[in-house]
Amino acid sequence: MSNTFSRGDVERVARLARLELTGEEQDLFARQLAEILAYAEQIQRVPTEGVEPTSHAGDAAALRDDTVVPSRPREEFLAAAPDADTSAGLFKVPRVLA
Amino acid sequence: MDVPFDVQSIRDAVARRDLSASDVCRATLDRIAALDPPLNAFRTVARDRALARAAELDARRDGASLPLLGVPIALKDNMCTRGVATTASSRILENYIPPYNATVVARLEAAGAVIVGKTNCDEFAMGSSTENSAYGPTRNPWALERTPGGSSGGSAAAVAAGMVPLALGSDTGGSIRQPAALCGVVGFKPSYGRVSRYGLLAFASSLDQIGPFASSVKDVAIVLNAIAGHDACDSTSSQVAVADFCAALEGDGDLRGIRIGVPRHLFHDGVDAEVMAAYDAAIDVSRNRGAEIVEVTLEHSPEAIPVYYVIATAEASANLARYDGVRYGYRAEDATTLGDLYDRSRGRGFGREVKRRIILGTYVLSAGYYDAYYRKAQQVRTLIRRDYDRAFMNADVIAMPTSPTAAFKLGERTADPVQMYLSDVFTVGANLAGLPGISVPCGFTSTRLPIGLQFTGRAMEDATVLRVAHAYERATSWSKEKPRIASELSR
Repeated sequence: MSNTFSRGDVERVARLARLELTGEEQDLFARQLAEILAYAEQIQRVPTEGVEPTSHAGDAAALRDDTVVPSRPREEFLAAAPDADTSAGLFKVPRVLA
Repeated sequence: MDVPFDVQSIRDAVARRDLSASDVCRATLDRIAALDPPLNAFRTVARDRALARAAELDARRDGASLPLLGVPIALKDNMCTRGVATTASSRILENYIPPYNATVVARLEAAGAVIVGKTNCDEFAMGSSTENSAYGPTRNPWALERTPGGSSGGSAAAVAAGMVPLALGSDTGGSIRQPAALCGVVGFKPSYGRVSRYGLLAFASSLDQIGPFASSVKDVAIVLNAIAGHDACDSTSSQVAVADFCAALEGDGDLRGIRIGVPRHLFHDGVDAEVMAAYDAAIDVSRNRGAEIVEVTLEHSPEAIPVYYVIATAEASANLARYDGVRYGYRAEDATTLGDLYDRSRGRGFGREVKRRIILGTYVLSAGYYDAYYRKAQQVRTLIRRDYDRAFMNADVIAMPTSPTAAFKLGERTADPVQMYLSDVFTVGANLAGLPGISVPCGFTSTRLPIGLQFTGRAMEDATVLRVAHAYERATSWSKEKPRIASELSR
């Protein structure tokens, strides 16, 4: 793995993450993420052939019965939204296509 | 009015009606008002809600049996409290008022506790100093120019300063244990799955765990009894039967038959000499209580920090995708399309460390890098777990310093993320392996900064960890030391 992390890489990843960054942040993160990845490089030296990955540390997640239970009223959640049409029961957003 | 500071005494006084829950609540609110301005431990003081709750308890005739009757508690601001702002110390949730309670909130209130407020933390629990809060740093009650550690720094500082006898924090890589060490209080991260995460704003779901701060191991055990156990709302909460954590502390502190593992190969440069000396003295104390001290090896511990930062940021990048300006939280007002709305709301609502971690996490999950970073880190995580499994064949608990240094100065590490991340070198292993871990005070530096001792145990053997920590605590008096700021008011 190469340890360079360019401003272009930051831009590309920020697009994937839907994150607007300032030019200053792009420069700062390019430098810092290169440092962090260089540091993270040490895990590449650990032999792991045939080792199963661990995705969580608990017991296997237990399945629950598929029963319908009441949830909190829709209005309560709509009330927390920046913009909502409460009577229609909808969150409102700007248009999807430019 | 004189309100005792330990949980059992408060509870008993209220149960006997020597004090009312309202008296205790008002005294607590007064202390917060007097002590918090220089510390900034609290994000929100829920004055009206707390007083109403205390009055309700006072009016009840059947309250005397409640294990936390009238006991004030503060919660890290990443746990949802119905009707009380819950910001995770982020701008993006500045105005968020949850319509529901986290399971720990419901359980605490059912046990008679009075939630007095929400504490400051690193934004979305990402940090080791509480300097990443969008609302200013919390200061360490022992030395105001220093950090309380993090990310649960507000909860640690609130207990250390004597504002509340109890607080909850969350621990993803050390965020309860490290601030407990730096603030001179007890902090416990239970086994993964021991306490429900429902209503905890998720950072890294395979690592996050809620746990208590208190002035003693006994108080930790009392609150743990109230909050531990399976919850249908969190499928990762364990079905394993819950031990009586208070019963585990009974006896005279005899540690005969207990083997304490010491991974001395990890203690080299980077660990402060005064921290090391306090640790060695603490091991002697445990040996004198009858414990057998054995050398253990955690071969892959040096890789634990990079493994942690790959896994935690990957999970965070997914968990934080929900903050998009649509259903709750901050929305950029100048967006003309939905895409712009996402980009701008997130870009402006999140702080620097959170954005840095989202970028890193998105990168390690992206096509072409997933196997080299994310999958590789998960494989090394397996090796780290196996190291602990092997060590626990020869030892019942493992003792390490909680943090390689005592409290550092505000601003000292903010420019260098890797340096900041190394604060957690001794704590992240327990999260990666899902183990219980506690930090108890074990001494002071020459400049009177607290030092913490960490015990880690086998998964779901939380009671053993508490027992060993309790035996150490009762053989020493470090937990009784208070910062000057805590006593200034009681004169």
